[in-house]
Amino acid sequence: MRTPSSLLDPGLLKAAGSSAFRKLDPRVQWANPVMFVTELGAVLCTLAVAGNLLVGSWDGFDLQATLWLWFTVFFASFAEALAEGRGKAQAESLKRARTQATARRLQNDREECVAATELQKGDVVVCEAEDIIPADGEVIEGIATVDESAITGESAPVIRESGGDRSAVTGGTRVISDRIVIRVTSEKGNTFLDRMITMVEGAQRQRTPNEIALGQLLLGLTAAFVLAVFTLPAFTHYSAAAGGKPDAAPLSLVVLVCLLVCLIPTTIGGLLSAIGISGIDRLIRRNVMATSGRAVEAAGDIDVLLLDKTGTITLGSRRAAAFLPAPGLTPNQLADAAQLASLADATPEGRSIVVLAKEGFNLRGREVAAPHAKFVPFTAQTRMSGVDLPGSDGQPTRRIRKGAASAVRTFVESQGGQFPGEVAAAVDEVARQGGTPLVVAENGRVLGVIQLKDVVKGGIKERFARLRRMGIRTVMITGDNPLTAAAIAAEAGVDDFMAQATPEDKLARIRDEQARGHLVAMTGDGTNDAPALAQADVGVAMNTGTQAAREAGNMVDLDSNPTKLIEIVEIGKQLLTTRGALTTFSIANDVAKYFAILPAMFGGLYAVNAARPGPLSALNLMHLATPQSAILSAVIFNALIIIALIPLALRGVRYRPLGATAVLRRNLFVYGLGGLAAPFVGIKLLDLLITCLGIA
Amino acid sequence: MNARDGLQLAMYTGALMALTPWLGGHILRAANGERHLLSRFLLPVERLIYRTAGVAPDEEMRWTQYALSVVWFNGMGLVLLLVLQMLQEYLPLNPQGLPSPSWHLALNTAVSFATNTNWQAYSGEATMSYLTQSLGFTVQNFLSAATGVAVLLALTRGLVRRSTRTLGNFWADLVRTTLHLFLPLSVLLAVVLVSQGVVQNLSPSAEATTLEHAHQVIPLGPAASQIAIKQLGTNGGGFFGTNSAHPFENPTPLSNFLEMLAILLIPSALCSTYGHMVGSRRQGWAIWTVMMLLFLAGLGLALWAEHQPNPALGGLPNLEGKETRFGIANSVLWATATTGASNGSVNAMHDSFSPLGGLVPLVNILLGEVVFGGVGAGLYGMLMFVVLTVFMAGLLVGRTPEYLGKKVEAREVRLAMIAVLAPCAIVLVSAAAAAVVPAGTGSLNNAGPHGLSEILYAFASMTNNNGSAFGGLHAATPFYDLVGALCMLLGRFAVIVPVLALAGGMASKKVSPASTGTLRTDGGLFMILLVGVVIIVGALTFLPVLTLGPVIEHLLMLQGRVF
Repeated sequence: MRTPSSLLDPGLLKAAGSSAFRKLDPRVQWANPVMFVTELGAVLCTLAVAGNLLVGSWDGFDLQATLWLWFTVFFASFAEALAEGRGKAQAESLKRARTQATARRLQNDREECVAATELQKGDVVVCEAEDIIPADGEVIEGIATVDESAITGESAPVIRESGGDRSAVTGGTRVISDRIVIRVTSEKGNTFLDRMITMVEGAQRQRTPNEIALGQLLLGLTAAFVLAVFTLPAFTHYSAAAGGKPDAAPLSLVVLVCLLVCLIPTTIGGLLSAIGISGIDRLIRRNVMATSGRAVEAAGDIDVLLLDKTGTITLGSRRAAAFLPAPGLTPNQLADAAQLASLADATPEGRSIVVLAKEGFNLRGREVAAPHAKFVPFTAQTRMSGVDLPGSDGQPTRRIRKGAASAVRTFVESQGGQFPGEVAAAVDEVARQGGTPLVVAENGRVLGVIQLKDVVKGGIKERFARLRRMGIRTVMITGDNPLTAAAIAAEAGVDDFMAQATPEDKLARIRDEQARGHLVAMTGDGTNDAPALAQADVGVAMNTGTQAAREAGNMVDLDSNPTKLIEIVEIGKQLLTTRGALTTFSIANDVAKYFAILPAMFGGLYAVNAARPGPLSALNLMHLATPQSAILSAVIFNALIIIALIPLALRGVRYRPLGATAVLRRNLFVYGLGGLAAPFVGIKLLDLLITCLGIA
Repeated sequence: MNARDGLQLAMYTGALMALTPWLGGHILRAANGERHLLSRFLLPVERLIYRTAGVAPDEEMRWTQYALSVVWFNGMGLVLLLVLQMLQEYLPLNPQGLPSPSWHLALNTAVSFATNTNWQAYSGEATMSYLTQSLGFTVQNFLSAATGVAVLLALTRGLVRRSTRTLGNFWADLVRTTLHLFLPLSVLLAVVLVSQGVVQNLSPSAEATTLEHAHQVIPLGPAASQIAIKQLGTNGGGFFGTNSAHPFENPTPLSNFLEMLAILLIPSALCSTYGHMVGSRRQGWAIWTVMMLLFLAGLGLALWAEHQPNPALGGLPNLEGKETRFGIANSVLWATATTGASNGSVNAMHDSFSPLGGLVPLVNILLGEVVFGGVGAGLYGMLMFVVLTVFMAGLLVGRTPEYLGKKVEAREVRLAMIAVLAPCAIVLVSAAAAAVVPAGTGSLNNAGPHGLSEILYAFASMTNNNGSAFGGLHAATPFYDLVGALCMLLGRFAVIVPVLALAGGMASKKVSPASTGTLRTDGGLFMILLVGVVIIVGALTFLPVLTLGPVIEHLLMLQGRVF
């Protein structure tokens, strides 16, 4: 899936070039009014030049201007083709995974070989090692390791087993070991792989709501400029007559079209669809499959994010946090015993006790490596683990155990010991604070309590802070009791939490937030997450999750990384920002273009004599050499700026989580003022170049 | 410009600012049917009107019903006004025995008053009888102004209400605005104006013999009552042909000050009403500030330009076409206010301003009458710019744009674009037509770029429902009457209908609560952006034609060539 391709990849450029030619078809351009008007103008100019040639008149300026108008349309098509091309390359690699796989279909306990494309929903197939899984489905029997690199790009195999939340398999992936029986869950032609291919190819790319709205704005501006430009002959005719020289400013069709094309927002018009396509493309590069561009845009708007605690906010296992000794003992003694009891404990909890003892009390795993030590593993019956250390006589003298309070109480009391009230109180206190108490005892004596608690992932607090700066409120969802939840919520820095939450609660919470006008995103993987994923405005399903979850969400994260949402939100925002920035830039450009073209058009009006230019040449702020070079420079600038901005359109404007006003100030400064100034410089340079070359 | 001029300007803006919150609060109560000082007298009248007309004031209307009511009501007003003019010679209260005007002039005038434009292709005292003026024009002055406020109220409700489809009741809005806002203020202003010497009678014109033994006819009539509402309702149609330059229309410095204040008073106060209605007074003041900035910028440029010595006058102050009673500062202040608001009354000849001094009123109109603008119309026009600004700003910050918590989507952008660009398109096309057809250029009294400015001003003024004339253009021709009537109608309703459609759509939306990712629409940055959008839309559309008009005229003037 990861097929990093440089912008300047010669193959891509070549393919985009030929595709851009095909896009010059007016029926394709019709979808984009700005470029359609540009193309129409180019066609009219071509006809005018051709007509002049027929009657034997020849004008190098007209020809050059017409060529540059065509370049403008071509560059815009090229940008779109380039954006699509990157997706197409990825689609090719996906299609290879879909190649003629055969399926071993089970019917009435008999196995038969059929082509994967003939499978129906509900069919049952068998896959063994080295088989390509023929279609999306659910494991109904067995367990296997599966190589999903064809889709995720991740080479480490994953486990797929029947039942539970890891039962979904994807067509096109390969079984590495063992045997599984799969029930097909997708219709042919609509498998995950098919959808993914369609998605990256952009064949079904629908325009997103904001893109449509921007389209309306651009259409309106274009219409206004068409009127502003094509009423000019009337006003000029009047002015020329009033100035006493009726032919002082002949406005040729080519000049008018040049002015029009320079004024209408060709920069954003030409790059609009490339921005949209590359937004999806960026998502795919981060291994997220969105079912629609609409969902990506919605992601930029979300302001509430629901996250499961386990695996997302916390590491999923508990860690030792403190040693609480029984009365009369030092923490050191407790730590020593606890470490001894845990040395052979390979669970994350056990290892964390060893580490805490080592780090907190400088105890090393020293003499316990003694060969006589006998480790007692955890069993469901005793609910304890520990170690027996032999005395000098070989008889076990130290029997150290750790476990749940009730189990340890039984252990201690069976040896005639007592369970001190202080320790019982400490157990309750740890539980109350949301931790898990483990009691340690040696023979008949209770040594104290180890406090285990959830460990919040490193760096998660910063990520939530970043979300908050983006205007997104995070809500942690957990099955824990409210106290535990509150403690973790405070530590992780989430804004809100839902304790003892059931799937129904999640759904209700989402509906509630939506009713109050919020846009909600959530991640999930389990089948019981499916309703909530479907209800959320942006539902990101984990690829490791169940088929139901993957169907319900409008995005699938192939890396199964719940905090990926931050990147998704940023891509959604980038999509809008890039469009806004280029629109602002495009409109701001018009000022300089007016100052280039208006004096060129009207310089001769009201001139006293041919030697002295008319009063409006005072507006020639850039001191462009001749009217022809001025108009040509503006048109060339207008065409080249599209090429120059293709990388920005494909990469997107960098998103900064600064709060709306700061972002607006920054972008207005860069793209508004920048857009105002850039063409003054660019047009002047082009004019100098044109004059040097003597082409106009 | 001297210290007294400065003091005058400071008093003007100060008084405007001081009265805005007070009157804004009153309009809010009037619009909501709440009690106020005069309720005891006015509420029975209001109820009587509802009973007579068979209107249920609490019956909610959808935007389509509301728009239909607006169009129907103004259409009926237009027809009545047309009939009244055509029959004027047979009707009473016509002491001068004035004949009925030509049908095209009557049509133009009827459209003009029904659309709150008050473009006058005639001279009042020489064309219209007292009955036509008071029963026709004065009544329409009230009703067309009230229509503007009603549409604004509907739009505001659309922005505020949640998940509904209705915008209020047009008839109730119309009656309440007329009865509780325009009527008391007009009576008050009329009485004060009478005290200053503005005439108010039904007498035939006075006849006098001057010192040179010449016979002079001095027109009289019920002027004060019409003048009060023409100023307050941003109508602008004068009782006399020379409008508020006439001593009987504007006799004293105080009357001049009050009439100028009345131009911007209600448009300014409506910003405050708006702030109340949307539940954030800052929102109202933000828009007010934007309008004030645009106003002061125009005023500054015009004052500067008018104080430049005119090379054609040998460096004398540019007082041609100005009343010496008012001088440069008061003439420029009036011109800026009357074109900022779509008032159109004048106390000086805009035609005689310097090229850049004349550019300011022209640009004020071309911006779409949003620098305070017409009563109601200015604010709803500005709100369309706000929608577009919010959209652009939303894209720039990477979030689906929201205004007052409601999403601005494709439909809103489309409607706002129509409302903003329709007048631009109409002005460009009609002015271009007039610049080439002989029927258009034949009315010009001035040559060169100044003639183009006159044509552009005329169609800008009619389309944007301002109604002031640059002057120098003979407008009472079939071409100008008929094309102008079309411009006025389209300019009014091609804005009102999309505005109401937008209101209807917004009313049905949910409100999203604000977060740090939401762009504030009452902060300085947004205000600057809004100013920018207003200027950019106007400038980009009209820069070429303005270049051929006032700009080239200014450059030629610097070379010593005038027109």
